[in-house]
Amino acid sequence: MGSKESVLPPAAELTDDKLLEMYYAMVRGRRLDERMWVLHRQGKVAFHISGIGHEATQVGAAFTIRQGHDWVYPYYRDIAMVLALGMTPRMLMLGLFGKKEAVSSGGRQMPEHFSYRPSKLVTISSPVGTQIAQAPGTAFASKIKGSDEVTVVCFGEGTTSQGDFHEGLNWASIHKLPVIFLCQNNQYAISEPINVEMAVGHVSDRAKGYNMAGVSVDGNDVLATYDAMREAMARARHGEGPTLVEAITYRPVPHSSDDDDRTYRSREEVEAWKKKDPILNFEKLLYKRGVLDDAKKAEIEAKVMAEVNDATDYAINAPYPAAEEALYPVYGPLPG
Amino acid sequence: MSTHERTITIRDAINEALFEEMERDDQVFLMGEDIGVAGGVFKVTSGLLERYGPNRVIDTPIAEAGIVGLAVGAAMTGMHPVVEIMFCDFTTLASDQIINQAAKLRYMTGGQCAVPLVIRTTMGAGRRTAAQHSQSLHAWFAHIPGIKVVLPSTPADAKGLLKSAIRDNNPVIFFEDKMMYNQKGPVPKGEYTIPIGEAHVYRSGMDATVICTSSMLYPSLEAADRLKEEGIHIEIIDLRTIKPLDERTLIKSAQKTGHVLVVDEGYQSFGVTAEIAARITEGAFDYLDEPVRRLGAADVPVPFAPALEDMTIPSADQIYSVIKTMVS
Ligand SMILES: Cc1ncc(C[n+]2csc(CCOP(=O)(O)OP(=O)(O)O)c2C)c(N)n1
Ligand SMILES: [Mg+2]
Repeated sequence: MGSKESVLPPAAELTDDKLLEMYYAMVRGRRLDERMWVLHRQGKVAFHISGIGHEATQVGAAFTIRQGHDWVYPYYRDIAMVLALGMTPRMLMLGLFGKKEAVSSGGRQMPEHFSYRPSKLVTISSPVGTQIAQAPGTAFASKIKGSDEVTVVCFGEGTTSQGDFHEGLNWASIHKLPVIFLCQNNQYAISEPINVEMAVGHVSDRAKGYNMAGVSVDGNDVLATYDAMREAMARARHGEGPTLVEAITYRPVPHSSDDDDRTYRSREEVEAWKKKDPILNFEKLLYKRGVLDDAKKAEIEAKVMAEVNDATDYAINAPYPAAEEALYPVYGPLPG
Repeated sequence: MSTHERTITIRDAINEALFEEMERDDQVFLMGEDIGVAGGVFKVTSGLLERYGPNRVIDTPIAEAGIVGLAVGAAMTGMHPVVEIMFCDFTTLASDQIINQAAKLRYMTGGQCAVPLVIRTTMGAGRRTAAQHSQSLHAWFAHIPGIKVVLPSTPADAKGLLKSAIRDNNPVIFFEDKMMYNQKGPVPKGEYTIPIGEAHVYRSGMDATVICTSSMLYPSLEAADRLKEEGIHIEIIDLRTIKPLDERTLIKSAQKTGHVLVVDEGYQSFGVTAEIAARITEGAFDYLDEPVRRLGAADVPVPFAPALEDMTIPSADQIYSVIKTMVS
């Protein structure tokens, strides 16, 4: 197995072009997500669950994943991640509306429950945590087949209370499986703050119980996340076992379009976190390095908005599936 | 409406039942995800944390097996936990605790221990939340000896049945249709309960019987209204409880009308409709003019897109046309 590409440069050595690609990926996720909220407010779609605020974590991670080679179990907030891994704004918009052409399921699965075979993206499970048990199975298969594929599974910090999290980590560590558990710790599980969810200070502390590498990183810093994931990738790719990566971030928007976050947290808290916005963070850094300026920024915004508008128009005009399509594919064809 | 009633929603009726039972018995406590500070994702538990405090209204980690396990452990000591599982689709994560533990502990200990536990959970499609948030899995639990299964369709029944469930000395699973929380109806003032295990003849009629569960009452009523204009009088029976099952009321009605349709939102195969059809066939065979008909959810995972989802759930139109073919 050629694993040359697996030796990624550390963040400090990334080229200007690579940095701009990362920035574009973050802005693309944000703007598409914002449009989805607008469409929900306009009553055009039934539901939206958002990745706003998680872009640095997701893009930092995505840039360490070998697209189409590694397996990824995203979770429902991973809009910026799946876009960085080969899905398109059109695909996501079609999914939001439940249109026939939506690649993830042709209107059968919920919005933001991404699946896309060419990028080896496994669908989201609505019951949270179940995929943390599955991911080591996928990694186990890669190991048995002698492939250097790595499996990445994403979830929130609240989900680490589920039994499946503990069962999955235990397995992965016993068999030194090539899997990365990427926890996007946004401080809340719907209304419940982290101190109601767990007694440990850091999700990554849980790794010790399984004799597994565990790290916490600033999830609003795309380059820090990239470096942490890069290290975990190298470990997994070289047969040295799994890592639990905790990216510490925040969800500045309600849990989903059904939620009213004013019932459980103060506006001051939300505003304080907004000052640490991952995109603003990165922008400042890029300006300082001279990689980004006003003209370049406007150009990227314009390009992204053109894509977002195109995806919106395309999805609005696309046909819905016909009612009978509800009836298949429940079973596959008989073999032979 | 008498002066002893007022009109409230199912959400408020359930909330009242919880308040009254917590007030009556300090062994009653609530556990679930987001039920405290946020008052529940469907806002059913609003105000309870403020009134009864964090020892009796507990926001739990996301851990369904753990929540129900803890509730079983507490119930065995004589406490009365009332657990909320946000969607019945997630009861699967707690299924060992429900099916192998809660349901069987009384029997396996020769009656030495009781598990007075209530699990409130939501059922029903129509909310555009697809395969893992929209199922109606009540028949699964009714299959298991040792559990009672309740599924009310009106505010008055929801309140009276939940109070009975909390006072029951057995595990009870209480299914609330998530699309019905805003449904309004008359609810008596003051203390009352409704016994578990009694069906309700919601409307009487001579020409055919519709037996329904939970939210299926409403399309059944709509179909019956249309049929009434055509001079066809439908008897509507709301089961309210499927375990134990009020067989007598069903059989009596079948004997009277000779035509029976069962409507339920669970998957049609191996579900409530099949069980009722069998019971009626056994109990009223000689009186039936034709086989018992059934309408359940299509045997597919519940899809997301509106047109797809709608075609998988029994509708008033379907109920109307099945009855037309039955009585003509
Ligand atoms: C098994 C299960 N229980 C409950 C839920 C309801 N639910 C959906 S998201 C969520 C919170 C998850 O919190 P976290 O893991 O921190 O992820 P976040 O949404 O904050 O990104 C809950 C409780 C669910 N989807 N699945
Ligand atoms: Mg969270």
